[in-house]
Amino acid sequence: MEPIANSLDAVLEAVLSKRRRDPTQLLQILREVQEQVGYIPPPALTAIAAALKLPRARVEGVAGFYSFLHLQPVGKYRVLFSDNATDRLLGNLDLLGTMCQKLWVEQGKVSEDGLVSVDVTSCTGMCDQGPALLVNGRPITRLTHQRVNEICELIRSRRPLSLWPQEYFRVEDNIRRKDDLLNTVLEPGAALAAAMALGPEAWLGEVQKSSLRGRGGAGFTTGVKWEACRNAPGEERVIVCNADEGEPGTFKDRVLLTSYPDHVFEGMTLAAYATGARQGFLYLRGEYRYLLEPLEAALQRRREAGLLGQGIRGQAGFDFDIEIHLGAGAYVCGEETALIESLEGKRGTPRIRPPFPVIKGYLGRPTVVNNVETLAKTVLIALEGAERFAAVGTAQSTGTKLLSISGDCAFPGIYEYPFGVSIEQILEDCGATDVQAVQVGGASGTCLASYEFHRGIAYEDVPTAGSFMIFDTSRDLFEVARNFVHFFAHESCGFCTPCRVGTSLLQNFMDKLATGHGAKYDLADIEWINRLLKAASHCGLGLAAANPVVETLIKFRPAYERRLQSLDFAPAFDLDQSLAEARRMTGRDDADAHLSSVEAHR
Amino acid sequence: MIVSGRKLRVATTSLAGCFGCHMSFLDIDEHLLELVELVEFDRSPLTDIKHCGPCDIGIIEGGVCNAENVHVLREFRKHCKILIALGACAVTGGLPAQRNHLDVGQCLQEVYHTCIGVESLPGGQVPNDPELPLLLDKVHPIHEVVRVDYFIPGCPPSGEAIWKFLTDLIAGHTPRLSHPILRFD
Ligand SMILES: Cc1cc2nc3c(=O)[nH]c(=O)nc-3n(C[C@H](O)[C@H](O)[C@H](O)COP(=O)(O)O)c2cc1C
Ligand code: SF4
Ligand code: SF4
Repeated sequence: MEPIANSLDAVLEAVLSKRRRDPTQLLQILREVQEQVGYIPPPALTAIAAALKLPRARVEGVAGFYSFLHLQPVGKYRVLFSDNATDRLLGNLDLLGTMCQKLWVEQGKVSEDGLVSVDVTSCTGMCDQGPALLVNGRPITRLTHQRVNEICELIRSRRPLSLWPQEYFRVEDNIRRKDDLLNTVLEPGAALAAAMALGPEAWLGEVQKSSLRGRGGAGFTTGVKWEACRNAPGEERVIVCNADEGEPGTFKDRVLLTSYPDHVFEGMTLAAYATGARQGFLYLRGEYRYLLEPLEAALQRRREAGLLGQGIRGQAGFDFDIEIHLGAGAYVCGEETALIESLEGKRGTPRIRPPFPVIKGYLGRPTVVNNVETLAKTVLIALEGAERFAAVGTAQSTGTKLLSISGDCAFPGIYEYPFGVSIEQILEDCGATDVQAVQVGGASGTCLASYEFHRGIAYEDVPTAGSFMIFDTSRDLFEVARNFVHFFAHESCGFCTPCRVGTSLLQNFMDKLATGHGAKYDLADIEWINRLLKAASHCGLGLAAANPVVETLIKFRPAYERRLQSLDFAPAFDLDQSLAEARRMTGRDDADAHLSSVEAHR
Repeated sequence: MIVSGRKLRVATTSLAGCFGCHMSFLDIDEHLLELVELVEFDRSPLTDIKHCGPCDIGIIEGGVCNAENVHVLREFRKHCKILIALGACAVTGGLPAQRNHLDVGQCLQEVYHTCIGVESLPGGQVPNDPELPLLLDKVHPIHEVVRVDYFIPGCPPSGEAIWKFLTDLIAGHTPRLSHPILRFD
């Protein structure tokens, strides 16, 4: 990962030929060039455009879209503090301030000697072992002031990352409660053998009988999705495993990919067997770049064992292989159609649906997009049968669910529960006391107050993709909601106006309240923007962007009201301060040269 | 919004605007005769009344660029039940807000000292007569300074749009402008 002094041309040539000068590999090419050069210099954009026969604007447009790609130098060391609400609870901003001070650098700027830049980034999926940061893309967890001081020393002495203490980069699984999935030991190929004994139709029938529903958020029935893909017209089919895991507070897919990769890859192969797909992709979020090599190794082992490639398990015609694509810091790429665009080497802009990916997905081919956990669950169905699978959970939510638990509790980490488990039960198990609220389902999820803790985790009650963030009574839920609003404003892809402008307006209003300029009238405006976002956004990001505020405004209104400065209206800025420059220029200080910020009642 | 037994009172003013929006208002032509049957004017360039009294509708052209604009706007807000931002400048800051990316001190410097063809005042002084309102460092749309009830975009909005809006309002339904009379240029 250290920028090396190779000539740019040599780097470009190596990357381009490895990627076969294939335009669908554009994002991967840009990422790999940056890994070697440190950023993507403009001549590289021109050269890549020429080599891929793409307009330069298209290449620059893609490079400009992803927050982990840089068109200007960002320092030999690029430090990004994870800035999820849970990192905030652990004092990440304080640590960031310390680091900036020690390194003489302003947040968001590159130090004058070009050595280092320090900034924040959206949740990096290390909430159970935060505060966390990424340095040149590699995660460092469990930050303390001492660790930050040490890091500053290492940076100042220009020590290469490979020589930093390996302890820094340790990422724990923190599995706290195992149930059906996490208890399964999978002999690679065993689930495939079971499914192949049934044949593709009967295997698909089995998945349908299990009533397995998607674990990535929307909760669509997996068997129905697979069948639609199988029946869609077209020669080539594609299986995509969605490992973008961008929802703040979610990290269960990271643990599955770390310690259960065979479950995931076998699940993808099971999906290929059911649908007849020959091509597979794992779309791995850029934050999990460090998992790339172990995952590639797992794929290679499976190829060698005859579980991937041509004639899987000796069955002629059963061909399927998996390629890993890395994302580059864009939450919206978790949305399945944006993900497909990104796989095709484009900006991650959500497509118009229909047609749905199962009909026209990757390069127009019928495509199944499934979450990591969903695919891993299919292994259970193959091994133990649909009936056994469906016996666990509730009527509409069969099986178990992995929860990523973080925030104010004694034992943050991964908990696997049968669907239907109550919030109370979970809070007791993870050692959370004095709880004010739980944010279930991440920033786009729902905020539950204590009177709702009897409710259960299930699609028909409290649905979740797995994020479970706990806030005790000392926390300010307005600040939590404001953090989420900033997240959405930052992650909005900018394609549609209601979301691009709406999330920014919402952010401005929340900041206005935070700086003490709020007025009752602003709450009405906030509610109006919320309605607009919900009514007019193009994709799920915009639809959900208002949720944190809507929910907290209903359940924790006093957290907002106590910030209001007046009951009618107050400007977001200090009017008198706005006259300061003109006062200075004219030398005036008479009564008319001043303004009160709130209208005096004459 | 029929108020029994009396005409509605309407006030209008131009803050940091070019009076183009008021000209457009006059462009409703013969409707003016209908309008004076329905409303009477309080403070407005049309009446020369200097201060706004209790009104039903206040119409503001232009954004907020100086201290006096703030006082006038607050007076309108205080006395008008309904306040309307008329035209691009009132809605977004418009043309005058193009100075927002410049430093106001440097602007004054340029205008009163360095600009070619300007005779500097003695002592290199920027005019400091208390009669002159001080400039704010930024030009703001009016909704950033007071609460605003309705917005009519356009530079200027057409007479037709203004007429439709006012007659809706006077008749008591929520004003709705749609294509083609709703436009932003
Ligand atoms: C803004 C946005 C972000 C999303 N992020 C993810 C994600 O990180 N991982 C994921 O599995 N699904 C994510 N989804 C849901 C996917 O669009 C899709 O529904 C899911 O991958 C389907 O898989 P499943 O049926 O197995 O749940 C996201 C959706 C939206 C609208
Ligand atoms: S809703 Fe937001 S994220 Fe989704 S397409 Fe529109 S701008 Fe992009
Ligand atoms: S909106 Fe246009 S017409 Fe109206 S005041 Fe501004 S510049 Fe003049």
